[in-house]
Amino acid sequence: MAKDLVKTLADLKEQEVMEIVKSRLSAGDDPLKILEDARKGMEIVGKRFASSEYFIPDLVYSGEILRAVTELVKPKLSKTTESKKLGKVVFGTVAGDIHDIGKDIVVFMLDVNGFEVYDLGVDVPVQKFVEKIKETGAPIVGLSGFLTLAFDSMKQTIEAMKAAGVRDKVKVMIGGGQISEEVRKYTGADAYGKDAMAGVALAKQWAGVK
Amino acid sequence: METKVSSLKKEVIIGDTQPTVIIGERINPAGKKKLAEALKAGDLEIVRSEALAQVQAGADILDVNVGTFGVDEVALLPRAVQAVMDTVDVPLCIDSNNPAALEAAIKIYKGKPLVNSVTGEERSLKRVLPLVKEYKAAVVGLVQDDEGIPKDAQRRVSIAHKIVERAEAAGIPREDVVIDCLAFAVGADTNSGLAVLEAIQRIKAELGVNMTLGASNISFGLPDRELLNNAFAAMVIAAGITCLITDAAKVRPAIIAADLVLGRDKHARRYIEAYRQRQRQQIVE
Repeated sequence: MAKDLVKTLADLKEQEVMEIVKSRLSAGDDPLKILEDARKGMEIVGKRFASSEYFIPDLVYSGEILRAVTELVKPKLSKTTESKKLGKVVFGTVAGDIHDIGKDIVVFMLDVNGFEVYDLGVDVPVQKFVEKIKETGAPIVGLSGFLTLAFDSMKQTIEAMKAAGVRDKVKVMIGGGQISEEVRKYTGADAYGKDAMAGVALAKQWAGVK
Repeated sequence: METKVSSLKKEVIIGDTQPTVIIGERINPAGKKKLAEALKAGDLEIVRSEALAQVQAGADILDVNVGTFGVDEVALLPRAVQAVMDTVDVPLCIDSNNPAALEAAIKIYKGKPLVNSVTGEERSLKRVLPLVKEYKAAVVGLVQDDEGIPKDAQRRVSIAHKIVERAEAAGIPREDVVIDCLAFAVGADTNSGLAVLEAIQRIKAELGVNMTLGASNISFGLPDRELLNNAFAAMVIAAGITCLITDAAKVRPAIIAADLVLGRDKHARRYIEAYRQRQRQQIVE
C-alpha cells in the first residue's frame, strides 16, 4: 500500500504526493476518492494554519499542490463530476481600494477548495458587483478592503445589493487588514473572516459543505 | 541629493552620504488594538508614550497615523500631531490616506514635515501635490497608481518617474520627493522582495531621489519577523534606501550595522556607541 495521501499532503511533500496520486490512478483507484483524500489533507493544513504551526507560504504551497493533484486527476473524471463545484462566489476589492494581495490569496484558496470564483479585481464599482451577482446567480459574495475608506465602499456595495433586490439571495463576507465585528455591523455584511482559511470555512458553511 | 525635514528645533537630512534615517512606525493603529481603542476615545496618552519611547530608541523622525475605523481623522490627526510635537522635538511624518486630514495636520505643524503620502493615482496627485507645494513640505510618493499595486520592478520604476515628474510640474523640487517602493509580504509572494530591490536600484540610478520603505510589511504572516526585518533592512539600504519606516527599538541595530558596512559611519562611532548603550542597559537591568 502506498503512503497515506492525506498525511503526505498535510505535510506538504509535493513530490511524494504526486507519486502517490500517479500510482493510485494507474492502479485504477477511484479519482473521486483521491480528491476526497486531498481535501482531507487540506483540512489538516487549515487546522495547522489556525494553530500557527503553519504560515501563509505553507497555505499557498498546499493550494498549489492541491491544484497539481486536481490537474492530474481531472482527465480521469467523468464530465458530470468534473463540472461539479461547491458553489459560485463573486469576489473583489471594493471601490476606492486597490489592495489585492490578501484578496488574491483568498480567491486562490476558494478556487482550490472547489469553489467557482468570479474575481472582479480591485477598485470594483458598486454596480459591477450587483451585475455579476445577477448574471451568475452566485449565492456567496466576498468583499475585500485594506484601507479604512473601504468600509464605506463595502457598506455602499451591500446597500446597492439591497436596492437591486439581490441582498436576500446572497451571503456576504468581508475581509482585510483592519476588519472587525464592529466594521461588519457597520457595513451590514453577514460575516467577516480574519484570514484566507476563515474565508474558505465561511464559504463552505454557506454552501452547506461540512 | 538631500531631503531636509524639520521640527521647530531639529533638522534631519535624508541623503546617501548620511546615516540611514529611521522613521518610527509605531504611532499607527493598524494591528494595534489598544492604540485603536484609545484613538477612538480621543485618548492620546499612548501616542505620547510611544513618541517618547521611539525617540529614546533612536528614531530620527516619527510617523503619525491615526487612521482606524470609527476615528474622524480630520479632527484627530492634528490633535495627535500636536501631542507628539509637545512631547518630543524630532520632525514628523504626517501619515494618512485622507488628504483633508493631511491638510488639517500640516496646517498646525511647526517646521517642514514629511507628508505621507501621495500616490500615482490621479485623484491623489491632484489633491496632495498642491498641499505639499503650498506648505513647502516634503512628500512620500507611493508607487501605486490607478492600475493598482505593482507586482514587478518595471511598474514601480515607471510610477516613480510619473510621481517625480508631476511633483516637479507642480513646483515641488525633486529633493522633496521621497519615493516609497512598497514592500509586501514576502510570504504571500516569494518573488516580491527581489522586485523591490531591483526597483530601488533602478530608481536610484534613473531618478537619484531619496527613497523610503515601510520595512516591516515584508515579514507579515511569517514567524521570526525580526530576523527577516533585519536582513531586509540591510539589503534595501545597500540597494539605495536612505530612510526606513520601521520599529526603531528592534531594527536600529541592524540599520547601524548596515551603515557601517556601507561606509556611512566613520570610525564606527555610531556602531560602537549603540553597542555601549546596549551594554549600559544590560547593566541597569
